[in-house]
Amino acid sequence: MEPIITWLANLLANVSWWPWPAPPSAAIIIWVVYGLFIAFGIAPLAMIVLTWLERKIIARIQDRIGPNMAGPFGWLQAVADAIKMLTKEDTTPAGADRIPFNLGPGLIAVSAVLVFAVIPLAPGIIGSDLNIGIFYVVAVGSFGVLGTLMAGWSSNNKYALLGAFRAVAQLVSYEIPMAISLITVAVVAGSMSTLTIIHNQAVANGGWYIVAMPITFLVFFLAGMAETNRSPFDLLEADSEIVAGFHVEYSGMKYAMVMIGEYVHMLALAGLSATIFLGGWRGPFVEQLYNAVPILGGLLGLVYFLAKVLLFIFVMMWFRGTLPRFRIDQLLDFGWKFLTPLSLFNLLTSAFVVKLFQPAGTAGVALPAGPLAGFGGLGLTSALLISNLLVAFIASLAVRSLARRSRGNVLKAVAGVEG
Amino acid sequence: MPVDYLPILILILVAAAFAVIALVVPFYLGPRNPTKVKSDTYESGKLPYGDARRQVPVHYYMVAMLFMMFDIEVVFLYPWAVIFRQLKVFGLLEMGVFIAILLTGYIYIWKKGALEWN
Repeated sequence: MEPIITWLANLLANVSWWPWPAPPSAAIIIWVVYGLFIAFGIAPLAMIVLTWLERKIIARIQDRIGPNMAGPFGWLQAVADAIKMLTKEDTTPAGADRIPFNLGPGLIAVSAVLVFAVIPLAPGIIGSDLNIGIFYVVAVGSFGVLGTLMAGWSSNNKYALLGAFRAVAQLVSYEIPMAISLITVAVVAGSMSTLTIIHNQAVANGGWYIVAMPITFLVFFLAGMAETNRSPFDLLEADSEIVAGFHVEYSGMKYAMVMIGEYVHMLALAGLSATIFLGGWRGPFVEQLYNAVPILGGLLGLVYFLAKVLLFIFVMMWFRGTLPRFRIDQLLDFGWKFLTPLSLFNLLTSAFVVKLFQPAGTAGVALPAGPLAGFGGLGLTSALLISNLLVAFIASLAVRSLARRSRGNVLKAVAGVEG
Repeated sequence: MPVDYLPILILILVAAAFAVIALVVPFYLGPRNPTKVKSDTYESGKLPYGDARRQVPVHYYMVAMLFMMFDIEVVFLYPWAVIFRQLKVFGLLEMGVFIAILLTGYIYIWKKGALEWN
């Protein structure tokens, strides 16, 4: 952002037509424009493009064609849906708690939009490089839960209430493995700032974190899928059980806001995964080009970033097209009995490896070098990969022995009933 | 740096403005003729009876309480993660002990059946 801000500041220094005493600072103008771009640009666009993409992809997976009448490849269908939502009657159910009922969809959408403040879209383009970047993501993401709960509770509908209960259980359970896997990344990167995390994924520093920490990535992505209420974790919506869960009573634009929240959350998860594990805008020639011609380098970085984001979004839609929904006890078991201990062990082993391989440096105070620091970034990456695979192997052994024991108990119980 | 949070504040205001506009504008765009039947809650075609707000089953309280405990543990992990490289081996051992205590409690609640749904 700095080059743009200085450019605008120079421009504003010569402004003579500004009617008020002091022209606003260039930085504030840039931030307002960027905020408008995110909230009024990305959010509705995400809804329109992603619903169309989802309908097309799911249709292909189910051997259908999907929307194909309105516009080329049917992409105007999503635009038409958006316009229809805008002009629908806005109903409020009898006995609804009006304030939370109206506040819920807004909270859901706002909490999803706020995540974009710390995701760098291209080199030099980031809302704010907070030094607590990924902590901010967890903090902002968790007040979306509040919106879901408000929407479900205030509707005065039994399905909605069931959806809200499930929302609390599910979103809250999966926040822990997600937070722990993000902490693992913070330990390896030595910082929670997203820019530093991207910087540390340069090839010279050891490359993409998805190579170094596949298990951390898997835990993060699965927990993130559960946080975005995507199938197979869509228990709080579960069309075939509780109709539409917490948003069954919403119509018109309020329903659209819930959907915007869901799709923007999905986009934010894909963007975060790309930033933290696939190196964000990193790719061949971006840095050389950025140093020579900043605009071209920025555009190339944006293209790489969008490609990675779309890859993750495709994977999420693929999941939805192929996997059946979890049962609630399976869902909570998977979160509490598998992902949580796995992420904790993974954090400890990763911290151990970092301690062995960490390079000497200074960050305010002198950082001691690890005993194996001589192997450099590549050594750290391969050691982390080995430790991750080891944790995965041990976890699979533990799951096998636990499953055998529970199968044995079931067999004994059955034998007892029959004998 | 507090100034880093100014863009966040601006984004919060802009996003809230987006939410308010998106929720208020359709109020004037769409038709408005509420009837008694239309504002009934949806119960798969049956006439709705009683208040929907029931007591929460105790399972959900259990999950919420477990979440509280674990989330507080996780909050302690954040600062440790950031200064991890400055700490000596003692920092690693210390966190090992911390997580070991956490895991003891975890195994206890597992054995007690707090993680079972039924």
